Amino acid sequence: MTLEIIVCVKQVPDTENLSGEAMKEDGTVNRSALPAIVNPEDLNALEMAVQIKEAHGARVTALSMGPPRAAEALRECLYRGADRAILVTDRRTAASDTLATSYVLSRAVRKAGLADLVLCGRQAIDGDTAQIGPQLAEKLGLPQFTYVEEIRKIDGHSLEVKRSLDGGYEVLRGPLPALLTVTSSANQPRPPSAKRLMRYKKALAPCECPGEASEDALLGLRARGLLIDQWDADDIEADISACGGSGSPTRVKKIESVKLQSEGQKQVEPSREGLGALVEELSKEHIFD
Amino acid sequence: MANFFTDNQDIVDFLDHADLRDLVMLQERAYAEADTCGYAPADYDDAMDNYRRVLEMLGELAAEAIAPCAADVDKEEASFEDGKVTYAAGTRQALDLLGKADLMGFTLPRKYGGLNMPVTIYAIAIEMVSRADASLMNLFGLQDIAETINNFAEDEVKADFLPRFSSGKVTGAMALTEPDAGSDLTNVQLRAAYDEGEDIWRLSGVKRFITNGCADILLVLARSEPDMAGARGLSLFLCESGPEIRVRRIEEKLGIHGSPTCELEFSDAPALLIGKRKRGLSTYVMSLMNGARLGVAAQGIGIAQAALSVALDYAAEREQFGQSIRQFPAVRQMLGEMHMKVETSRLLTYQTAIAVDMAHNLERLQKSGELKDLPGGEKLAHDLRRWRTLARALTPIAKYYATEMCNEVASTAIQVLAGSGYMKDYELERLYRDARITTIYEGTTQIQHNAAIGYVLNGTLEGECQRLHDHLSGLGLDPAMLEALAEARQWVLEAVQYANEQDSDFRDQETGRLVEAATLVYNGYLLGEPAMRSAHRRALAENYIDEVLPQVRMRRDQVLSGNRTYLDRMPELLGYE
Repeated sequence: MTLEIIVCVKQVPDTENLSGEAMKEDGTVNRSALPAIVNPEDLNALEMAVQIKEAHGARVTALSMGPPRAAEALRECLYRGADRAILVTDRRTAASDTLATSYVLSRAVRKAGLADLVLCGRQAIDGDTAQIGPQLAEKLGLPQFTYVEEIRKIDGHSLEVKRSLDGGYEVLRGPLPALLTVTSSANQPRPPSAKRLMRYKKALAPCECPGEASEDALLGLRARGLLIDQWDADDIEADISACGGSGSPTRVKKIESVKLQSEGQKQVEPSREGLGALVEELSKEHIFD
Repeated sequence: MANFFTDNQDIVDFLDHADLRDLVMLQERAYAEADTCGYAPADYDDAMDNYRRVLEMLGELAAEAIAPCAADVDKEEASFEDGKVTYAAGTRQALDLLGKADLMGFTLPRKYGGLNMPVTIYAIAIEMVSRADASLMNLFGLQDIAETINNFAEDEVKADFLPRFSSGKVTGAMALTEPDAGSDLTNVQLRAAYDEGEDIWRLSGVKRFITNGCADILLVLARSEPDMAGARGLSLFLCESGPEIRVRRIEEKLGIHGSPTCELEFSDAPALLIGKRKRGLSTYVMSLMNGARLGVAAQGIGIAQAALSVALDYAAEREQFGQSIRQFPAVRQMLGEMHMKVETSRLLTYQTAIAVDMAHNLERLQKSGELKDLPGGEKLAHDLRRWRTLARALTPIAKYYATEMCNEVASTAIQVLAGSGYMKDYELERLYRDARITTIYEGTTQIQHNAAIGYVLNGTLEGECQRLHDHLSGLGLDPAMLEALAEARQWVLEAVQYANEQDSDFRDQETGRLVEAATLVYNGYLLGEPAMRSAHRRALAENYIDEVLPQVRMRRDQVLSGNRTYLDRMPELLGYE
């Protein structure tokens, strides 16, 4: 059994290791001041794919949509066990919200050849929406299993997963192909392999090749397994109006930089009335509903 | 992300400035594998880039995944129950990660799944792993066991065993020590008998204090010639773990709790002969131990670096008498000395590793006949003798120096933290305990001194100093520094000359002092070239000259005193008259 697995990965600013200049004054993320990394839970998804490969045999494809520099994130995936990498890069897809992004990814997955499994990280640390996986599943018409912690069984036709819930878990069974979103508790992503690191540091997407990459140079890279496939919106036959800003209904109304301050202390009387007043206040402020 | 490679400017600097062109060309046989192996480098820059990337990856693994578990590993310890040894959870996790990262065949040839890295790069890797968890060094840092198989076993044995090491599926152990054969391995008694019917060797007897004796693959020193006493009756064997090799117990130790130290009982255990009979100790074990000694030197530096980092951080933050304690001269002196000792040890250890790599590669390529066809091969061949001698001289010196340094630094770091350093709240007490074994195993400091003294008395080290002197003089190093070093060299020469004129008992007594004096001068010369690079290294070298070279004069004075109390008046000294 050789499963085809596609792992969707996103290059994100490393918001978990913040430095002084992490935020701009207007409250947006200062991407240039932060190192770019593979979104952490996407690495959990990749690890899950590589473990399936080791146990059952599979071909693992890492897929990313982003600017040319996102090729670095794909190389990271090759270091950690991916067999193939695809970069979807096109200025016309810039400024996509989750709807447009999931559309572009769905076109790319279709072009890549329908996989048995599509894996996504639960959510990205820059946007925290957790929407891409579910939206992508819908567009591909695949059953989706979100918040997956473990694949308990898998064969060529079906799988059984454990997904985490608030305060518990549930075990689900379903058919393949399917889409899974994977949580950080699923596994410990492996470090890069030294051998793959030394081999795939030379992997390049055409947009990274110096000057105009000649046909021969690209063929040479492909022959050595070092070509990162690069597709634009036309390659994946995407409807341009559904890509980028025009395909993104999301509008940012306002960005607020919230500074948490320790002054908001309040003494609550340890009495029924005191607690009642607190509950009422929290409820009124919609801190809990 | 914490990273023990990128946060260590000394190591990064070494890789940026060391000229390893010849070394890497030999290691890669003029980059011959680039076309056939996807991860082999195409040229020098490519190779150096590989080294940096792999070390950076390991640096993050060490800092982010291994170091956070070290305290738990120390507490949990490797355990023993029903004849079975179990590593601590953190050790198991680290081995799994190191295996997945393809780092367990660090120096092995690519055809056996290894990375074909030079020993020089491996030494840096061992330092970083030891800084994270010193006990893990005994699993990660003893790849010389596989390297010994690679150097001396038959091709089919290599093809069978080495890929298993590279994949991280097995670990190794070297079973040398016995209850009555510690420092004196010529007295090994474990019996090897050849079973003609089965065409196999069988081993019987007991080994003690075997680091990771529960390993899957053991190299065992055994007496194959029952009628031949001493080293000549000993051969080296390879055993796989099995019912005929029983772990009787594991030791309770002061430190390196993650590393199980086993007592082993061999009962007709099947074994393969490695190399030729009778050469077990003289050739193979010496080679094995020299590799391990360099590894322990790197381990010492790793532990010292960990202790130094804690002390530096603490001194910057801790305030007493209204100011940071780093402002006090007494504390500054401790921090400065620790820093100087760690960096000096690193220079010495890297220089040793370079000599080992050069000697090993030149020997290997000369033997295979490839050397003469490599660029500059014939010229390099002329230096083989020098590199070989230097490797033999420097290996025990680096081992003794870096590990004694490690103990001093671990102790001084506790002094900087004072009461807090003594408590288990900080990792210093563990580092202090872990440090203690480094001057003992793979040959005590005194054994290292014995191994090195010949090269001090016969002028090898002096010749190297002269060579460095001429080199530095050509580069235009400050004449005042050169003069100070030349003067210290003279002190060593005086002491050596005096010792050579005395009887052998006196020379034995003065062995440690003479080796130390020569080492301190040699280190001073190693600091010379870096001193021309940056203000930091210039300060380091100048401080070394002022602070350390007087210790050479003191040792000379001690030798020249001709004191024979320990030789002639021991009963009086101990009050037994």
